[in-house]
Amino acid sequence: MAAVQETIDQVKAIDVDQYKHGFVTDIESELAPKGLDEDIVAFISAKKEEPEWMLNWRLDAFRRWKTMEEPAWARVDYPKIDFEDLHYYAAPKKREGPRSLDEVDPEILETYKKLGIPLSEQEILAGIAPENRVAVDAIFDSVSVATTFKEELARAGVVFCPISEAIREHPELVQKYLGSVVPVSDNFYATLNTAVFSDGSFVYIPPGVRCPMELSTYFRINEPNTGQFERTLIVADKGSYVSYLEGCTAPQRDENQLHAAVVELVALEDAQIKYSTVQNWYPGDADGKGGIYNFVTKRGDCREKNSKISWTQVETGSAITWKYPSCILRGDNSQGEFYSIAISNGHQQIDSGTKMIHLGRNTASRIISKGISAGVSQNTYRGQVSAHRKASDARNFTQCDSLLIGDKCGAHTVPYIESKNSSAVFEHEATTSRISDDQMFYCQARGLDEEEAVALIVNGFVRDVIQQLPMEFAVEAQKLISISLEGSVG
Amino acid sequence: MLEIKNLHAEVDGNEILRGIDLTVRPGEVHAIMGPNGSGKSTLSYVLAGKEEYEVTEGSVFYNGVDWAELGAHERAAAGMFLAFQYPIEIPGVATMTFLKTALNAQRKARGEDEISTPDFMKLVREKSRELKVTPDMLKRPLNVGFSGGEKKRAEILQMSLLEPTLCVLDETDSGLDIDALRVVSDGVNQLRSPERSMIVITHYQRLLDHIIPDVVHVLSKGKIVKTGGKELALDLEKNGYADYVDEEAA
Ligand SMILES: Nc1ncnc2c1ncn2[C@@H]1O[C@H](COP(=O)(O)OP(=O)(O)OP(=O)(O)O)[C@@H](O)[C@H]1O
Ligand SMILES: [Mg+2]
Repeated sequence: MAAVQETIDQVKAIDVDQYKHGFVTDIESELAPKGLDEDIVAFISAKKEEPEWMLNWRLDAFRRWKTMEEPAWARVDYPKIDFEDLHYYAAPKKREGPRSLDEVDPEILETYKKLGIPLSEQEILAGIAPENRVAVDAIFDSVSVATTFKEELARAGVVFCPISEAIREHPELVQKYLGSVVPVSDNFYATLNTAVFSDGSFVYIPPGVRCPMELSTYFRINEPNTGQFERTLIVADKGSYVSYLEGCTAPQRDENQLHAAVVELVALEDAQIKYSTVQNWYPGDADGKGGIYNFVTKRGDCREKNSKISWTQVETGSAITWKYPSCILRGDNSQGEFYSIAISNGHQQIDSGTKMIHLGRNTASRIISKGISAGVSQNTYRGQVSAHRKASDARNFTQCDSLLIGDKCGAHTVPYIESKNSSAVFEHEATTSRISDDQMFYCQARGLDEEEAVALIVNGFVRDVIQQLPMEFAVEAQKLISISLEGSVG
Repeated sequence: MLEIKNLHAEVDGNEILRGIDLTVRPGEVHAIMGPNGSGKSTLSYVLAGKEEYEVTEGSVFYNGVDWAELGAHERAAAGMFLAFQYPIEIPGVATMTFLKTALNAQRKARGEDEISTPDFMKLVREKSRELKVTPDMLKRPLNVGFSGGEKKRAEILQMSLLEPTLCVLDETDSGLDIDALRVVSDGVNQLRSPERSMIVITHYQRLLDHIIPDVVHVLSKGKIVKTGGKELALDLEKNGYADYVDEEAA
């Protein structure tokens, strides 16, 4: 863990209350007028040059959404969102969609560079071993601005492109799978997303192909008063494998911004999808002003036998997080995994967890959740494990650990377990602990200051989950953890 | 040089140290003995800077620096090391990682460069071989599931790696088997040097056969009630504390 030292330097370099990614990019952009009605939905669809079926799908979702209520069951508290006071489309002015990197606004390229995500392939290639390369789809407000390594991926038969492009160029794949995991009226935010989503990534891995590099999407909200509604669809055909990474940041703004994404994963026979997220949206300031509302629906479908889906998430940002990456274990012998680190500090509120729905025979799932609460934050793990009548020999292991820093925060564990098949074996373990004064003193007596001591102890606490992340992400995640716990002691 | 003058300290409103005077010059090894509950560990915590322990009177200076001005981590960077009577477990943090983090934190506080990974590995391998700490232990989370003796050896490994100039060993010998006692004592003796001061807290004369002290003190009810040469330890071993403790009560 050499990263700890690096982490610590980074923490030192930053003043408390200064979110590192909080800068604003000054570009001209094209905005839809505020508010939402059928015209806006049609406007978005037209902007994307979508076929008729897509427009109809959106309109259907919009009409259903009008009849739905915002959910209130999560343990989060926020003023009512005025859905008429948002822009539902924002795009950097210029040509629609990137044809090549040369067409991307240099200010935007600069933004990604500042975030540590070079988009020029030459820059990426400099000094990186081929097996460590990552192909990136960069989404800026509502549109994808650049996708790298497309050609090389295409040679392997992999499709990795903005979803708006996939709708135009691979309609048969999109029509077959979009909405097949998260149905149109699944929940309030997913339905809203279906009506207004503007971009996102699409991945298709053909049968028997092991994707030659990690795929990654990097989301950035820039425009004020803008909702970001991206849609991601990943399909791993029979016997294929893909590892996908998602990262997010936003500028520091006083008002709250809404992010309501939908991610759907489909794994066919013998296929495996590994989906990792490092979520670092702006969390709001020390007084709880501003920050992103992160209301996300993520679900994977192990549709055929022997398939496997793993979710790994490191959630450090956002004012409010509401998210339950789930697995439907439909295929026989399929496996689902959920590894999570959720950190709340300041006034952040997190209600996150997973659902493992065992439908097929001999299915297995594993949940490792590490919640860390500091400041006056509230951190809830909510998990559901269920076995269907036909799910013989379903197995689940859940380990749910909470760590409290200080005495003004809260940690809550809400497990729902339901089994309609008597052969199911579900195990649940939960612990809640505090960083003890003795541990702090011991570290300090060895020369670590308070923040270094907390960073070290927390990194130890989350080690099981960090080990699940791809190498590069693991280092970034460790840094983020320390940064987000800044000011949590003393 | 360590200079403790009329030191009074309390915890949770209970006065534990009641006027300690003690001077330890560079190169000296002082042993502190005394009955259970006399305040030996308390003295070691106060020297290391544990927050719950409040100094109500008197002072501690080390090399002319007022210890009251420094927090625990700053004292460590200034040369202080406490080998804990009960080492603390840090789950999930490999011993190796902990050692490197501590070493680099101190180097940074002193304005030195971080140690390179190869140099560090070499250093750890060498020191752990001397102290018979296995590579397997270095990979395990610090002190988690270590036996009593393993914990004590890990403490001395940290000490020899961090190279402090003021070492306080709180009952490092308790829990060690006969062979481990020799290994640990050898490790400590190797660190003896003209610029280093040591305070060795123990209940047993046995340790002082290996680590030969310049001065022996008896602590009772928060005060030093007797000071002598190493023969004092032998006397205590034979006759117990009764003489000194009574003297104090009278
Ligand atoms: N938090 C506390 N509140 C009240 N009394 C305390 C507290 N902590 C320690 N003490 C008391 O202070 C006294 C000195 O304790 P200390 O641990 O320093 O003794 P010691 O000399 O190291 O004993 P031992 O030989 O058993 O290790 C004991 O009587 C102990 O009970
Ligand atoms: Mg003691």
